[in-house]
Amino acid sequence: MAEAHPVGFQWVVEAKKRGAQVIHVDPRFTRTSALADLHVPIRAGSDIVFLGALINHVVSNDLDFREYVVAYTNAAAIIDERYQDTEDLDGLFSGFDPETGHYDPASWQYAPRPGTGDRPAGEEEDEVDAMSRGEHARHSHEMAVSDTHGSGGPPVDHKPDRDETLQHPNCVFQILKRHYARYTPEMVEEVCGISPEQFRKVADALVANSGRERTASFCYAVGWTQHSTGAQMIRTASILQLLLGNIGRPGGGILALRGHASIQGASDVPTLFNLLPGYLPMPHADLHHDLDSFLSGQEGKAGFWGNVRSYAVSLLKSWWGDAATAENDFCWDYLPRLTGDHSTYTTVKLMIDGGCKGYFLVGQNPAVGSANGKMQRLGLANLDWLVVRDMQMIESATFWKDGPEIETGELETDKIGTEVFFLPAASHVEKAGSFTQTQRMLQWRDKAVAPPGDAMSDLEFYYQLGKRIREKLAGSTDEMDRPLLELTWDYPLDEDGEIDAAAVLREMNGVGPDGAALSSYTQLKPDGSTRCGVWIYCGVYADEVNQARRRKPHWEQDQTAAEWGWAWPANRRILYNRASAAPDGTPWSERKKLVWWDAEAGRWTGHDVPDFIADRAPDYVPPEGAKGPDAIAGDDPFIMQTDGKGWLFVPTGLADGPLPTHFEPAESPFHNPLYSQQSNPVSTWVSEESNPLNPNYSEVFPYVYTTYRLTEHHTAGAMSRTLPYLTELQPEPFCEVSPRLAAERGLTHGDWVTIVTARTAIEARVLVTERLRSLRVGDRWVEQVGLPYHWGPNGLVPGDSPNDLVGVTMDPNVYIQDKVGTCDIRPGRRPRGPALVAYVDAYRRRAGLGTQHGPGRSNGEEA
Amino acid sequence: MTFSPESLFGRLEDVQSDAGYDEHPPRMGFFTDTSICIGCKACEVACKEWNMVPDDGFMLTGMSYDNTQGLGASTWRHVAFIEKPVDVPVPEGSGPTASTGTDLGMPTVGVPQVGDQEAPSGEGGIRWLMSSDVCKHCTHAGCLDNCPTGALFRTEFGTVVVQPDVCNGCGYCVPSCPYGVIDVRHEDGDGRAWKCTMCYDRLKVGETPMCAKACPTESIQFGELTELRERAQARVEELHEQGVEVARLYGADPGDGVGGDGAFFLLLDEPEVYGLPPDPVVTTRDLGSIWKHVGAAAVGLVALGVASFVGGRR
Repeated sequence: MAEAHPVGFQWVVEAKKRGAQVIHVDPRFTRTSALADLHVPIRAGSDIVFLGALINHVVSNDLDFREYVVAYTNAAAIIDERYQDTEDLDGLFSGFDPETGHYDPASWQYAPRPGTGDRPAGEEEDEVDAMSRGEHARHSHEMAVSDTHGSGGPPVDHKPDRDETLQHPNCVFQILKRHYARYTPEMVEEVCGISPEQFRKVADALVANSGRERTASFCYAVGWTQHSTGAQMIRTASILQLLLGNIGRPGGGILALRGHASIQGASDVPTLFNLLPGYLPMPHADLHHDLDSFLSGQEGKAGFWGNVRSYAVSLLKSWWGDAATAENDFCWDYLPRLTGDHSTYTTVKLMIDGGCKGYFLVGQNPAVGSANGKMQRLGLANLDWLVVRDMQMIESATFWKDGPEIETGELETDKIGTEVFFLPAASHVEKAGSFTQTQRMLQWRDKAVAPPGDAMSDLEFYYQLGKRIREKLAGSTDEMDRPLLELTWDYPLDEDGEIDAAAVLREMNGVGPDGAALSSYTQLKPDGSTRCGVWIYCGVYADEVNQARRRKPHWEQDQTAAEWGWAWPANRRILYNRASAAPDGTPWSERKKLVWWDAEAGRWTGHDVPDFIADRAPDYVPPEGAKGPDAIAGDDPFIMQTDGKGWLFVPTGLADGPLPTHFEPAESPFHNPLYSQQSNPVSTWVSEESNPLNPNYSEVFPYVYTTYRLTEHHTAGAMSRTLPYLTELQPEPFCEVSPRLAAERGLTHGDWVTIVTARTAIEARVLVTERLRSLRVGDRWVEQVGLPYHWGPNGLVPGDSPNDLVGVTMDPNVYIQDKVGTCDIRPGRRPRGPALVAYVDAYRRRAGLGTQHGPGRSNGEEA
Repeated sequence: MTFSPESLFGRLEDVQSDAGYDEHPPRMGFFTDTSICIGCKACEVACKEWNMVPDDGFMLTGMSYDNTQGLGASTWRHVAFIEKPVDVPVPEGSGPTASTGTDLGMPTVGVPQVGDQEAPSGEGGIRWLMSSDVCKHCTHAGCLDNCPTGALFRTEFGTVVVQPDVCNGCGYCVPSCPYGVIDVRHEDGDGRAWKCTMCYDRLKVGETPMCAKACPTESIQFGELTELRERAQARVEELHEQGVEVARLYGADPGDGVGGDGAFFLLLDEPEVYGLPPDPVVTTRDLGSIWKHVGAAAVGLVALGVASFVGGRR
């Protein structure tokens, strides 16, 4: 955190001054570790074992916050009797189809309740029957459906039967115990390289700081997300935090430290292929043909997600205004539809195959920042046209003349037909707008200066682009042009004649039938009378005031500081804060009180905006058959889940299982000691000639590598490698290795080294340092090569891009790439020109690689 | 202005009055608490941006994450990084910062030996000391005392500033500094001397120096020197209570060889580990005594000369 979020880290320093204990778990000793009380070196990619062992420790020794767990999680829920665990099937859950490589989650559902009309999952009559179950699962997988639950849980059909004594053999709590029974401190030492003494220190600290009087929080970043089991790693932490009662409580929670200042915003108002604003799913051509089919399966479900029709219709009205009416389904048909997996890596493969003609790269530099740089550049080389908008001449714009493949001869400049347009972008001080960060908080920035020359903001660019396209299409009678021509596209302009960003924020906030700004998403209606661009942002412009622009200093406010910026939803700063009070509505403790029930006033009150229905009494029991928010009980803090509980066990919504399970990274020097199933059976790999994978347990690629960041540089480097003041702080590309690895391979501190994978070889200087520890894993040492990834051929100090080494294997839930793999490292500089290709080919031959080699199933083709 | 012995060495209560100011604001300074430095180098960048200091070249030094190397004409804030393997197991719960200080044979910054790695992971561990170094704005400033042009002067805030439009690049100040701070700009310049001004232009309008303003953890603290010294003493005591016995102040003692620093530090090890002189003494300390000896030698020579003439005439 100190490396990548130094300004945010001041609060960790502040907390430490007030007595908080800081534990840092990371393969390398970073600037965070330097200030932590304890640093725990871990083998990259093995976190599920570490966290799973903590879960095992907690549940085996009854160290969980029992009242919280019973009341607020689905620990008591009883699962379908057909469910089989990875303990039963040696690394697989029930429902795996080896032909498609997907899971059918029917056997993971809550058991049908006796005496009700519940039928076992898979036997209900609904639209899904019209298409085979496998097909539906495949579409869900392609659409990365789990992404769509970013603001709430996927729907289950009914609230489950519960055993509040947690003894029923098929209740979640018992299943959890069995699932993690073999995740012991000894297993942690064997898999992660963490000693039992260190494990004990962490476990004791966590347990001692959880419960009524104390809370503990987890902060994580791409060290968890960028793995083929990334979503499940984060899940393991959330199970642990739920067991310890740390969710929805002050000083608790799980904080995702983002890789970019507004990445949270980039999924809220999405730049993702499978989402509409507010985590509404993008419709799929095969599954949805009208608004009703689009909403079926979601609306009416318990919880606030049940009102999805209001959110969807308000979005459509926002986009198509008066043209959207009840008669034409509110122009739902104008929405583009998915026909498959359009995620980024799959699309790059499509470019290579000639199926994708054009590309907009806006503030993104995949030639350096995405996995497998060569694959990225091959994709770019096969486009008809490419538009790059950036503040610097990035590698993704110049690949055609000075990319690594030009040097090796794999690409030739005059054979590349891509027409590249480079358009200068405004910097963040040259435009107004908001950033949305970890805490879901929107912070507005004013425009300080006008952008120079032709530079313009992305907002202005797309506004102008839309204007010109509409002008060209004006008067057209072609049906296909109606979605563009009927868009609401009139915005006020600012003093520089550019589109007024605040007006766009107001549009996201939404307006009522009278045109006045709305103040809460509960005001949204399904009948077309409200407009709202992003339902979770409704309230950011309440009372016609830009709430995101508020800047009351924290020393003038209480600990919640609600008047700085605005957090979604409804300025609730801690999500699910109903859980900070006991089932009867009183705080768990005086010390940790946040939100509680005021019986006299008949309302929830406290230091934060209650994340609950304001006047719903703690003892309220919803009637049978209640729908939407009416189905939320007085003790259901997780209001976006259909059953109102935090999910230890996830019956539906994740592609690779209801419980996190350790699988080795796609490239690993080790056999999975827990199961025969080596790597994630559902993870996808892009089947592409430029994307071979290293074979597992290979002596040719015996070391683990992982990529990471430095404070001094920013992401793919365009904004830091081009500035002298930043470049001089970390001027040349380097890798980091332990003294033991240096001795083993004859590497000298400060000299050049070459790092090789099946994809390519790069060179860098080497820092030999004890900050990379050799880890004892099983009966051998494992060495890790640390690769800061910020460099590329452009900028003040050129260098090879470490991401060129990385192969594309992806988490099946969100298609994020893995940043851990295997490699070799040798002293000396790498060969140049065509000799580089020969060098890498020699490695591939020694490793026994044929043409294509991958784990699990490949994307769209059989491995 | 009176030239008294205290002007050159020893305790000096009011450095601005000694420099000739009748009225002046309180003496301002820096307290850099390195125990909360996260090595982010915001101070280096903010300083350069405000003062338009040129970059210092792009060279990987291999000195941990320190590619700046040291203070100089084009670096006025320098963050040092020192990696130290911990030989003894760290006391329970107190973390890397609580380990004992360096055993001063010679400080080592070389490549750790392979033998260290045989311990199972988690044992011993490593410390990473980080510290933002700066001009000390000494009470008795050798650079100031030796500047022949008057380019270097004492401001009303008690800080030491070099005026670039007066400096002639003679370089006398360079060897005069016991810390090796000030230097002349060879590349990218005409040989004039440059160093930290404690953002004199910002102080004049009641603003905070850029490094202190940019520091996210408030490792760099700016304020009245007397108040900072009290704050620092309390911080050291707090750390000692937490078991961090190694914490100590550096440059806070008005009785030391430079009369105390206007910019002082809280360190977590011996000064040598950070590249700081353990007992800095202003180079002009002995000036009075030197002149006395010169005077005595001159008198002696004259006497000898007179005696040789008076003595033998034949």
